[in-house]
Amino acid sequence: MVAIQLFNEIGSIFRNTPTFALVLETLLLITVIWLLLHRRGGGRRRQLTKEEEDRIIADYEPEPLVADTDPNHPLLHTRVVQSRVGKRIQVDGHDCLNLGSHNYLGFLEDQEILEEACKSLRKYGVGSCGPRGFYGTMDVHLDLEDRIAKFMGLEEAIVYSYGFSTVASAIPAYAKRGDLIFVDEAVNFAIQKGLDASRSTIVFFKHNDVEDLERLLIEQEKRDQKNPKKAAKTRRFLVAEGIYMNTGEICPLPDLVALRQKYKLRLFIDESISFGTLGQGGHGVTEHFNVDRDEVDLISAGMEGSMATVGGFCVGSHFIAEHQRLSGLGYIFSASLPPMLTQAAISALDRFEREPQIFEQLQAKSKTLHQKFLRFSKLTLRGDEVSPVKHLYLAQPAENFDKELKLLTELADKCIARGVAVVQAAYLQNRERQPVRPSIRIAVNRLLESSEIDNAFEVIESVSSSVL
Amino acid sequence: MGNFDGDSGTVFEQSYATTNGNGKVPNGNGAADLSAPEKQELLRKFSAPAYTEIRTRRCQPKPANDAQSPSSINYHPEKKSIPNGHASILDQESKPNQAEGKLSPELEHFQKTSFEEVPLHTACLTYLGFYLLMILGYINQLLFVPKVATEKGRDGYVALYDAFESFYSRYVYRRIKDCWNRPICSVPGDELTLKDRVTDDYGWSFKFTGTETRCLNLGSYNYLGFAAATGQCADDSEESARSSGLAYCSSRCELGDNEQLQELEALTARYFGVEDAIVFGMGFATNALNLPSLLGPNSLVISDEKNHASIILGLRLSGATTKVFKHNNMRDLERVLRQGVCYGNPKKGGQPWDKVMILVEGIFSMEGSIVRLPEVIALKKKYKAYLYLDEAHSVGAMGSRGRGVTDYFNVDPKEVDILMGTFTKSFGSAGGYLAGSKKLIDFLRTNSHAHCYAASISPPIAQQILTSMKTIMGEDGTDIGRKKIHQLARNTRYFRRRLAQLGVITYGHEDSPVVPMLVYLFSKIGAVVRTLTTRHIAAVGAGFPATPIMEGRIRFCLSAAHTKEQLDFALEAIDEIADDLGLKYSRKPRDPNPVIY
Ligand SMILES: Cc1ncc(COP(=O)(O)O)c(C=O)c1O
Ligand SMILES: Cc1ncc(COP(=O)(O)O)c(C=O)c1O
Repeated sequence: MVAIQLFNEIGSIFRNTPTFALVLETLLLITVIWLLLHRRGGGRRRQLTKEEEDRIIADYEPEPLVADTDPNHPLLHTRVVQSRVGKRIQVDGHDCLNLGSHNYLGFLEDQEILEEACKSLRKYGVGSCGPRGFYGTMDVHLDLEDRIAKFMGLEEAIVYSYGFSTVASAIPAYAKRGDLIFVDEAVNFAIQKGLDASRSTIVFFKHNDVEDLERLLIEQEKRDQKNPKKAAKTRRFLVAEGIYMNTGEICPLPDLVALRQKYKLRLFIDESISFGTLGQGGHGVTEHFNVDRDEVDLISAGMEGSMATVGGFCVGSHFIAEHQRLSGLGYIFSASLPPMLTQAAISALDRFEREPQIFEQLQAKSKTLHQKFLRFSKLTLRGDEVSPVKHLYLAQPAENFDKELKLLTELADKCIARGVAVVQAAYLQNRERQPVRPSIRIAVNRLLESSEIDNAFEVIESVSSSVL
Repeated sequence: MGNFDGDSGTVFEQSYATTNGNGKVPNGNGAADLSAPEKQELLRKFSAPAYTEIRTRRCQPKPANDAQSPSSINYHPEKKSIPNGHASILDQESKPNQAEGKLSPELEHFQKTSFEEVPLHTACLTYLGFYLLMILGYINQLLFVPKVATEKGRDGYVALYDAFESFYSRYVYRRIKDCWNRPICSVPGDELTLKDRVTDDYGWSFKFTGTETRCLNLGSYNYLGFAAATGQCADDSEESARSSGLAYCSSRCELGDNEQLQELEALTARYFGVEDAIVFGMGFATNALNLPSLLGPNSLVISDEKNHASIILGLRLSGATTKVFKHNNMRDLERVLRQGVCYGNPKKGGQPWDKVMILVEGIFSMEGSIVRLPEVIALKKKYKAYLYLDEAHSVGAMGSRGRGVTDYFNVDPKEVDILMGTFTKSFGSAGGYLAGSKKLIDFLRTNSHAHCYAASISPPIAQQILTSMKTIMGEDGTDIGRKKIHQLARNTRYFRRRLAQLGVITYGHEDSPVVPMLVYLFSKIGAVVRTLTTRHIAAVGAGFPATPIMEGRIRFCLSAAHTKEQLDFALEAIDEIADDLGLKYSRKPRDPNPVIY
């Protein structure tokens, strides 16, 4: 019954429609079908027969899984550390003064922190055996988060189990496809990976060049005026490092904050080096410039520098930081930081609060070393005076980066043989956004004596004079 | 009550069954041997929870201190005399955790894996319940916006969060938020101690009550029971911390390489019987930061739909084309593989792929299923693809020698191109490894993001892996490792069979120590987890978005540290809760015979 009625209905439609419309509609239908089929077939329109498929499979020759590696590749021959790391370090059989480990405050040698960590091991065991969500949250983790938030005077902190994954998870927790991120071109590799994971549009500005950033922001403003609908939905971020791992320079925070306010950006600062080194109380780059920490939306930092343990944290307002507990991939889907290392971070914070003079001591040492190391005849120094991380480059550029790296490696090897541990900064040149000029990365330790700095200077100067 | 003070090291020693928290295999004194004062102690420990029990059907409230001591459980009285888990009866009683290989891999998989369909009315109810929750949440949002939900000092900015996402977490997830992120203050061993917390505002915030609750731990990934604060592993780790410090503050490529890590890599390679291995400080990063080095934009990746977030992130970073196949479904894998190889890269006009890689996990952590490795390897060979196997949950836990799923299926590990796994679970430490040919590992040493930029592993953490791995391999001169592996296999089979007998639906393979029990409804996840806690059992719930909306579940992770008494204790509680909350969904015939441990 219903079928017959339907048939009649369709018949009447046909009869009542003009012919040209029928032809047009038929053409349309054919186009739609053709398009659909076309899409289905992907690149190749034709469906292959089984025999053809079998032949393709038999003929298919994949590339090898990985390319061959040159057995002389520098990264295959890493230096071996043979002692507990401190102001002194044994590398490849040589006892050296340590200018390479990022142990700025000298906490790696601290017996008190070690004892407390061991006590924690005796309470919780070594591993946490689960992500934070699944019984991997221990009271020490909550304690540490509390302490960091209090120390920084912010509402909430969130602890990650790996320094690299901290900022690399934090960025894509907020920035998504279609969003805009303005980034300093010298940012470290972890930030670069965070940017990749976000799939946002990335705009790089020249290193520490606020004018360039403003120029880009103005350009963007013009684009926004053309498409205000899209602009109203695009989140904008500004990402910088407190002290840049790759240059040792400090970001111009007050200018960045001014631009953040003017262009309504959200400012993320990676303080992996500047936390616990800058400012009177070690609160980082915000304290260094006397900027209110509420002006920065999110601060992230690794605990693998001044705190001398493993892991990282993000700290900010409750509104911002809490979000990572449900969307920071490296936080949710990974086991929590081993409790003894968490305890080490708590103990480091205890020291921060109890002995705030250590920061000034470190800054003084950084300045002393800076003044001294400016005087190399064949090397140039880069980095801020108070920064504990500095880079030494060849004063006379070689013809390419490979050559430079080779020379610097030789220089470092000879310095190590003469009792001063310095290392060339390790980069994966083919995976960085753009190749980074090879350098020796110097890390200052609070416990260095002036005489040791002088001695190191002599050794490096004499080796560099002979090598270069 | 329920608030025992003193340091948990000593409390741990008084666990209700045996002293097996210290990395040693229990030694035969079941709970039945407990003396009267010890029983008293037990009752004291297992009472006065800070959690409220949820009862639906049987509404007689039980007195608070009626939690049963495990020794009074008499599920199979005739079997009670069997001592618990040890070498004397091990050889004739328990078979190792190993595929038998008598049947074809396909048949064996079907016999041993279960993914029972949900009854239709439950499915309808689940959806209904979920939408009801959403609607209630929506109304709630209209009427009540708390102060924490707004941002300060950023007027006129584009909203930071997606509206649905924040709605979901604030108004739906919050209702059962107390079931996750529960803080503990002890070793996550066979038992753990929860720090009790309460919420006065329906989950917006929590307050500690100051009391603690000791629970049987069915939530941590402590498969072989190496999580311990005493014993060889802890001793060695402490010594390592004292001699080498807590960190290196440098990457492997600068000043972070050392003999301990080189030893660990050599040992890992030997453990799997492959040429070389490389280790990293975090399992998540092992996937996320190494897959991009191995894959390029003209690579095709065929990935199981249930793969872990770290794998998915790694694939996203790599820029490779990813195709997903149905979970553990070999026919679908072949279909996708065939299509991929035959039709090439559509973005490049059908040009052949540089390489095709199949990405699977050994044990899938949410499904409890075991990869059908022999069949995957056959397909990989047929289509000349490469195989990346993530053994995060299976390494240590599977196979008669604990070497993971290759061991379980008796497959040559060299057949798998890239063996990946983590040290977080069975080894009771932290970190991850990749193992395979020397060529592969050399390539990774020169191209891995984590190797070059991330901090190297902390000495005590590396030492824990070394000691536990040597124990599993028997290189410590004891058979502790072997016993642990057998104990886990035995616990797994016993627990899974008993659950099936209770009539609840569990997913996965009968040899998998990850046991998801389906409860379907979103609100039942909360109810079951909370009620289990009042019975002193810590388990994990998982719901949308970690699982499909339909398939809310409770997950139990078994451990070699558990004894039969502990499992019986848990099973009895689960039985009652399943009756109360109506979880016995299974329509399969139940085995009427008692399950032999
Ligand atoms: C809410 C939540 N937390 C944590 C996890 C971590 O799972 P895994 O232990 O497998 O990393 C998951 C996994 O899906 C999850 O959904
Ligand atoms: C399959 C899989 N891969 C990787 C990981 C991450 O390991 P980790 O917790 O060591 O970061 C997990 C952890 O849950 C996992 O389940």
